[in-house]
Parts: sequence; C-alpha cells; structure tokens
Amino acid sequence: MSTNERDLLLKVANHPVGKQVLGRIGLPRPAPLERWQPGRPLISGPVLLGEAPAGRLGDAVRKVLAEAGSDTRSDPGTTERFKGLVFDASGISGSGELKALYDFFHPVIRRTLPSGRVIVLGTPPEEAGAVPAAIAQRALEGFVRSVGKELRGGATAQLLYVSPGAEDVCESTLRFLLSPRSAYVSGQVVRVRPVPDDLVVVPDDWDVPLRGRVAAVTGAARGIGAAIARTFARDGAHVVCVDLAAQGDALAGVANEVGGEAVQLDITAADAPERLIDHVRTRHGGLDVMVHNAGITRDKTLANMREDAWTAVIEVNLAAQERFNDALLSSGILRRPGRIVSVSSMVGIAGQRGQTNYATSKAGIIGMVQALAAPVAERGATINAVAPGFIETDMTAAMPFGPREAGRRMNSLSQGGLPVDVAETIAWLAGPATSGVNGQVVRVCGQSLVGA
Amino acid sequence: MSPVQVRRAAIVGGNRIPFARANGPYARASNQDMLTAALDGLVGRFGLAGERLGEVAAGAVLKHSRDFNLTREAVLGSALAPETPAYDVQQACGTGLETTIHVANKIALGQIECGVSGGVDTVSDAPIELNDDLRRILLRANAARSPLERIATLARVRPGHVIPSTPRNAEPRTGLSMGEHQDLSTRRWEITRREQDEYAAASHHKLAAAYEAGFFDDLMTPYLGLTRDQNLRPDTSVDKLAALPPVFGEREGATMTAGNSTPLSDGASTVLLASESWAQERSLPVLAYFVDAETAAVDFVHGDEGLLAAPLYAVPRLLQRNGLGLGDFDFYEIHEAFASQVLMTLRAWEDPVFCKERLGLDSPLGTIDRDRLNVNGSSLAAGHPFAATGGRIVATLAKLLHDKGSGRGLISICAAGGQGVTAILEAA
Ligand SMILES: NC(=O)c1ccc[n+]([C@@H]2O[C@H](COP(=O)([O-])OP(=O)(O)OC[C@H]3O[C@@H](n4cnc5c(N)ncnc54)[C@H](O)[C@@H]3O)[C@@H](O)[C@H]2O)c1
Repeated sequence: MSTNERDLLLKVANHPVGKQVLGRIGLPRPAPLERWQPGRPLISGPVLLGEAPAGRLGDAVRKVLAEAGSDTRSDPGTTERFKGLVFDASGISGSGELKALYDFFHPVIRRTLPSGRVIVLGTPPEEAGAVPAAIAQRALEGFVRSVGKELRGGATAQLLYVSPGAEDVCESTLRFLLSPRSAYVSGQVVRVRPVPDDLVVVPDDWDVPLRGRVAAVTGAARGIGAAIARTFARDGAHVVCVDLAAQGDALAGVANEVGGEAVQLDITAADAPERLIDHVRTRHGGLDVMVHNAGITRDKTLANMREDAWTAVIEVNLAAQERFNDALLSSGILRRPGRIVSVSSMVGIAGQRGQTNYATSKAGIIGMVQALAAPVAERGATINAVAPGFIETDMTAAMPFGPREAGRRMNSLSQGGLPVDVAETIAWLAGPATSGVNGQVVRVCGQSLVGA
Repeated sequence: MSPVQVRRAAIVGGNRIPFARANGPYARASNQDMLTAALDGLVGRFGLAGERLGEVAAGAVLKHSRDFNLTREAVLGSALAPETPAYDVQQACGTGLETTIHVANKIALGQIECGVSGGVDTVSDAPIELNDDLRRILLRANAARSPLERIATLARVRPGHVIPSTPRNAEPRTGLSMGEHQDLSTRRWEITRREQDEYAAASHHKLAAAYEAGFFDDLMTPYLGLTRDQNLRPDTSVDKLAALPPVFGEREGATMTAGNSTPLSDGASTVLLASESWAQERSLPVLAYFVDAETAAVDFVHGDEGLLAAPLYAVPRLLQRNGLGLGDFDFYEIHEAFASQVLMTLRAWEDPVFCKERLGLDSPLGTIDRDRLNVNGSSLAAGHPFAATGGRIVATLAKLLHDKGSGRGLISICAAGGQGVTAILEAA
C-alpha cells in the first residue's frame, strides 16, 4: 500500500472543498506524501545547493545529484520553486558564521515544492576540533529541527553530519534523505563516519541497492515486517521471511509474493538462532542482513501488569534479539559488509503510560545498538535501529479514536506513516553502501512532538 | 544423462495443512483451496515462487465434477509458474503415495528433474449427487427438441426426486461400508477391543509428543486458524476410549469405535521430489531417497480376503524384490485406517498359516518392532483426509530418516477397492 487509505482527514484535506473547510476550522491539513517507485528519479525537481566557506561536502553532493541526473542550481533566482534545498555547513567554525543559514534559507524556504527536502550538512561537533566550531556545528540541530516544523506540503528537514574522511561514504545516506524513500523521516540527525576501504561499496544500480544480498526479516508475516520483505525484494534482496508457525499461512503468502522463503520460527525458542543460521548456511552459504522486526505489546499500567506480560515483552522484543546477535557474531555467518537493523520505537525514547514493559524493551534496543556498534564494526558490519512513531497498521487501527487521532496528528507532517516508510529506512541502513552509519537510531515519526 | 538410465529420486521435503475434522474449520474450503494452500506453503518453504517444476501430481477421492482438472487448477492458483504441468490421480486412500510413485519414477527415468506429489480431500464440501431419476429427467429435458417436449419431460419431476443422494463410504460391489468390511477382518483375526484402544491411545500420545518436539514445524503450514491436527487428543487414554460404543458390524462382539477408527477429515498434503542435482543446484536438502514401491489388490468380492488386506500381499513382494527382510527397517509407517487394520497386518505377517497359504512363504514374514512403528503417530490421531494421507506419511518418514541420519523406512497404505500401496524410503 503506497497511499494512505486509513486516514480520512488526509483524503478530505486534499479535496478542493475539504481543504477550504479544514482551513477555516483550523484543523491541520496533512499533505499526501510522495513515495518512491522504481524507475522514478532520485528527486523530481530542481535542487538548490548552497555552501558556507571552507565546506568539505559540496563536491560529494554535486556528484550525487549529477549522477542522479537532477537539475542542480546555485542561484536561487526570485520565483523558482525547489524540490531540494541543500546547504553545506561543514565549514562553519563559529557562531557568527551561522548567519549563512539565514542568508541561504530565508529567501527560498517558502519556495519548497510539495514533499520537498531540506538537508543541512555539517561536521560532527565532537570532531570539529576547536571549541567555537563544535558549538556552531551543534547549533545546526536546533535550526534543522525548527525548519522541519515550519515546512508545509509534506516537506522534511534533516541534518547530516559527515566526519572528515567520510565524504566518499555518505552517498547512500544523501540519496535516501533526498529521495521520496525518506517520506516520513524528518527532523533527524544522522552521522556518517569513515570506514576501511574494503567497506566502501558502490552499487552497480542505485535502483536495486540490495541486489544479491540475502536478508532475514523476523515478524515478516504482516504489518511492518511484510512491508520490509516487499521493499527489500524490490531493492533486489533475497528475503528469508521468519515468523511464528501460527502465522505460517500469511508468512508463506509474503514469502511467495517476494520470491523468498518462509521459515516458521519462534524467535524466543532456545534453538531459534541456531535454526535460522543453519537454514541460511545450507541454502545461501551465509547471511548479509538481519532485521529484527518481530515485536509484541502487552499494555497495562505497572500496578496492573501481570508478570507474564512483562516477561513476554522483554523476551520477544529484546532478549531474543540479543541471543540472535550473539549467535550471528560468534558463528561468523554474517558476511562483510554485514548489517543488523533492529526496530525500536518512539515509545522507547519518550516512554508511554501503560507501556513500561514495551518501552523498557525498546529502550533496550537503543542500548543494544550503541553497545554493539564497536564489536560489530570489528567484523565489518553495522548495527542500527529505527524508531517508528505512529505507523498505520492493524495494530494502530485498533486503537481508540482519541489516542489514535492524537498519535496521527502530533507530528510535523500531521499524519501517520505507512509500513513502507519504516521499511525504506531499514533498507537504507541495510544497504551495503551504508557502511558509514553505525550504532545509530533513526526515527521514522514525521518529526513527532513526543520525545523529540 | 540419457533419459532411460535410472537414478535416485530424492525427497526434499513436504508441506501439509493441519487436518481438520469434518464440518470443522475447513467446512467452507474446497479441495482446490486446500490443495493450493498446501502447495503455496511448500513453495514458500523451499523458495520456489515463479519456478516451473517438472510436474505436480495430486488427486482427491471425493471430487466434484467441476474439479475435473483439480491439480492443474491448484497450480494455476498457486505461486508456482503457470508453465508447471499437473494431473490428477485417484487411487482411493492410496492416492497420495501413488502420486509420489509417479513423480519419483519420472525423476528416476530422467524425464523430469523435480515434481510435487500430493493429495487432498474434504468430506465437508463433498459432492452431493442428484437423485438418479431426477438426473435422467434433466438430461432428457436438456436434449428435448421442442419447448413443449421439454416442459412435458420436466413435468415428470416428483417431490421425492429432489432428495439428493449423498456419497457413501461404501464398496459398490458389496454394499458394505469400509468399517463393516474391516469389522469382518477384525473378527477373523480376533483383534480385541482392548488392543485396539491401547493402540489408538498410543497414536495420539505419539503425535502429541511429536508436536511438542517441534517435529512438524517444517512440515506444516497452518490454515484457516488451525495450527495442529484438530482430531489430536493429547490427553486421551485407554479408559476414555473404552467408554465409546462400537459403531461397525453386528452388535454382538463388535469392537470398532469412533475412537479406534479414523474420523472423517479435511486436509491436503504435498511432497517435493527432485533429482539430486536439482536439489544441489538450489542448495536444498535431501531428506531421503525413494527406493521402490509395490501396489497390490485382493479379491474381497468373491474371495475371502479382507477389503483392507492388500498391503499384506504387497509388502512381501516388495521385500523380495529388494532382497530385504521385514526386520530390515528403522521405521514402519502403516496407515491407521483402523487400529484393527494395523494390528491385523502385524498378526498376519507373524502367522505361519497365513504366510504359507496366502503368501507362499515357508516361514512367517516376521515381526515388526513396535518401537519403530508409526513413531510419531498416524491417521488415528492426525485424521485421514483420504488422498492427503500418503503425502503426510512420505514427508514424515523422510524427515524421520533424515533426523536419524541412516536407515530405511517402510510405508504401507490400505485403500478402498481392496488395494494396497507400499513403498521403501532410504535415508540420504
Ligand atoms: N505499528 C506501529 O505503529 C509501530 C510503532 C513503533 C514500533 N513498532 C514496532 O514495529 C515492529 C512491527 O510492528 P507491527 O505493527 O508490524 O506489528 P504486527 O503485530 O503487525 O507484526 C509483528 C509480527 O511479529 C511476529 N512475532 C511476534 N512474536 C514473535 C516471535 N516470538 N517469533 C517470531 N515472530 C513473532 C508476529 O507474529 C507478527 O507477524 C514491532 O517490533 C513493533 O514493536 C510498530
């Protein structure tokens, strides 16, 4: 499903009459988000590129845009509208120079096209050297997050910190953030760091960046997991779809649809990691990508929560993943450049009443990717997490109207995301070209107000 | 290789849907729906979406006339390439094993590289036939040359005509149901009620243990909310079974109950077979090899042999051809049409008189070690959707052999019409 069928307001807001009515009664007017389709250009409109003096990243951006055949400008003109506004702020070395942001964006910010992209590039403050530079680079976050909240028409804003020496490994991230693949990602800060030469991978065809990769996806029978399987297959991967035996029927349907395989497995079983590893070893000789998506909720306030609700959630959402990761790393099954991507949640960042167990497990995932980043990197791999906000699935459709509407609207894009939005983000992190991103958590929440 | 050279056919794996009791969760599913689901599960397990296979052979015992091309229609509705040919086979309860023999033989002869065998049956969605008189009137009306003649013909329809004739599980030549036939054999072989109930309880317990051990995790795909065979009663006992009333044969001395006979069931099963090279190219496992098969039939109409006694004859012939004794197997899979059918089979092969007079053997065929017999339960517990049983047994035995890592297994399936289909598998 690439359109948002569940959101009535989104439909009304994009009907000529509905639009006027909503405007008058002061309701948010969500814009339909552009989503990527195979064969579509990276970015479907002109991109304005600006650079603060001494920037390191202008060339990298120009190269990506040129290869993608996009129309890159340096002159804003006076009336032209832009699909992308990209500013290289990596050269800013003191707060006085931050005015360059104002100078570049002020005249053009109203001229972003629907589903436009604002990207600011910087140097990670911790690597900026001098104190004034570190301060100024850190200041970029506040700017980008505020721009994200001001943008209309489904446009997004991100901050991309590229370490010195990582200029040649930021392409896949730049592409993701520029393209409609990042439809529901906004207000995010991503860091790209240098990697050993053999991990600098450039796909032959950026339309199928996962070609030839074998990926295992847990919880693939439905919801976000099924979307991950479809997106991975579209991007060229062979997908090993894992879910509970009880979901075998739907699981086989997804596996057959994506030309992959179905493996009926309870990830909490003691021998589950071994069984999955055996499977991929016999069938594929190894594994390139592991996506930990399976997850459950057993909501109750702490006082009312039964012990088994606590235990089950921690087991499925966190402990099982830890056991899988240990087995993946010790077995050597993960081929260079290996990828582990885990699904956390906005709730793991912000907390949520009635979800102490769930939020604990999802915060644990953040701890897991941070703690494992170094040992995983030693094996030429990366581990990252995505933290979805409100995603339109059967799970959220079952919520009561009030919380559901609130969840949907309380973000800069005034709508829920689709499972495919989470899947696209995971596909970017799972790509062999994304070696420079490790130990990070990227939210897929439309820049939610919660936990921001 | 040249097409006439014989090679080994490998069993790569299997998939079935859990078997349901009649008019249970699959009441609205057709044979085609269930066979398609079983096929899709198999395709998913082995990553075969979009592949053209050598063939799919399957069948059903109870079939609607609209299902004249049942297996082909299931293939067209499945994730397999539509270029995969298919055909129906029907040999009563032997169907599933007979289709496996067909596919294995074609692979052995080099005519195909891979294929799927299987079967499906539903008694919930069984065809109901028109009353024969009504059918004749309608056929005649259809052939009428004038509207007037048509009306005149149709006017002959009487209220009694609209009562449909439901299919009976009865032998056309004797009018006796299968249970009634087996009741005669049970009496002849003096199989006691207690023996049958003990045997049936053990079947349930063994199947339940196999589920607990996760044995079926890669042999089964749930369907319509069912994740286990619905007939399975893990907590049944000899005492509970002893309380059931006999249902077949003369009341006096009757021993066969709904508990020690297989229930009417719905379900489907499939088996993936291939040449070793085909499996190897796809990095697919080989669980076992299909070695040989023998089908026999007995004259239960005029002779005095039991309806379900044909395997008693098939197995000795199969063993002889392969230079094997009855004791040379690690696993025995004898389809449990009735507990008494299995027990009668064991008794007959131990009986010097039967073995001499009927099988022409100087000494008894032998004794089967009960610890190797239907080790994971069989039809009494799982249920028996007629044509689906063969595929269930082949896949189960192949996996047992694979898990053991060596040895041989014997399959014996009795079928309506006085037939029996038997086969030997060998560990890979
Ligand atoms: N839907 C949202 O808005 C949202 C928001 C934030 C995070 N998430 C997370 O995204 C992930 C997917 O969510 P969804 O909405 O698609 O949920 P879902 O319930 O639709 O799908 C989860 C899948 O995981 C499977 N699963 C559960 N336990 C398993 C086990 N022990 N072994 C194997 N498989 C198991 C389920 O059978 C199911 O198919 C979860 O981790 C969830 O916490 C969802």
